[in-house]
Amino acid sequence: MTEPSERSSLKDLDARLKAARQRQEEASGAAREKRAGPSGMGVGFRLAIELVTALVVGVAIGYGLDRWLGTAPLFLIVFFFLGSAAGFLNVYRASSGQGYAVGYRGAEEDAAKDAGTDAGTAKDVKQDEGKGKQA
Amino acid sequence: MAENGGHGPLEQFEIKALHGVSGQDLAFYSFTNSSLFMVIALALVSSVLILGMRRGALVPSRLQCLAEISYEFIANMIRDNVGQEGRKYFPFIFTLFMFVLAGNMLGMVPYSFTYTSHIVVTFVMAAFVFIGVTIIGFAKHGLHFFHFFLPSGVPIFLAPLLIPIEVLSYFTRPVSLALRLFANMTAGHTMLKVFAGFIAPLGVVGGIVPLALVVGLTGLEMIIAFLQAYVFTILSCVYLNDALHMH
Repeated sequence: MTEPSERSSLKDLDARLKAARQRQEEASGAAREKRAGPSGMGVGFRLAIELVTALVVGVAIGYGLDRWLGTAPLFLIVFFFLGSAAGFLNVYRASSGQGYAVGYRGAEEDAAKDAGTDAGTAKDVKQDEGKGKQA
Repeated sequence: MAENGGHGPLEQFEIKALHGVSGQDLAFYSFTNSSLFMVIALALVSSVLILGMRRGALVPSRLQCLAEISYEFIANMIRDNVGQEGRKYFPFIFTLFMFVLAGNMLGMVPYSFTYTSHIVVTFVMAAFVFIGVTIIGFAKHGLHFFHFFLPSGVPIFLAPLLIPIEVLSYFTRPVSLALRLFANMTAGHTMLKVFAGFIAPLGVVGGIVPLALVVGLTGLEMIIAFLQAYVFTILSCVYLNDALHMH
């Protein structure tokens, strides 16, 4: 994406738009999430849902496994913790601007590809992610 | 949305069969108010698109403009988020977007019913997206698809912990997709109804405040109606992109 810092004539803008579009097509399919207007309530709502659903899904899977296998509270407890971990992971991903991609590599590659000159910062992000994973 | 002899703010979400004696006996074949508004949405979208593109003029009429704008909006979204390979999924994504948008917007009409405020509806759509995307991923990448769940560069001793978390996170997708749309629509419409319920009891003078609030909230709900359709669609695109271009 181009930085909208310098504003010049419409023609220049058009040219830049075309160039940006071309680049995007070349980088065929990089998940870029454009948030339309970062309203605080919207973001909060989204993160809350992200957090809750992971927990709900985890607990549901655990409960189902328990009923199926007859291992009363074992899987419920295990999947409760896994679900909350997944919830935090989702929230972390959403709030650190990685979008909704599963896995980490995609977002990094996109970031590196996008940034071009900012490859250094992308590396930093990668290392931060590494820390986040182990923590 | 306005009260129809009903009382609580949740009355508006009640599913009623439109035939039968009292409308009490719901069965799987019942044609409900929800079904009615789905049919209306389909008819509306189809007629806008078909009537709009009937002539295909070079200088478009207003209706044709509407049809073209919606086409281009989704086409650009797919190109930006999925890339050229996403082209063949355009019909599905477009249908999804128009159906959700029409449902959300029809819900803003007084006395109408919002079918997107029912989690069954949103979850079925989300489940279709999820299952379809997973199948596409497997068809495209085979067993390599499982690399989704173990990010590269992770120490191997973390795998037993990380893989279940990633798998869970993957299975969260349809639920959060469905829940987001459902919760936004339900919360918004309930809030509108609650504030609208304040107007009459507060009288002519005091009622102005909640009335103004309701007017503002209605505008906000319009934005949310569009935004949630957009979010639903763009997330489907993102998931599709993940399946098509696994990294």
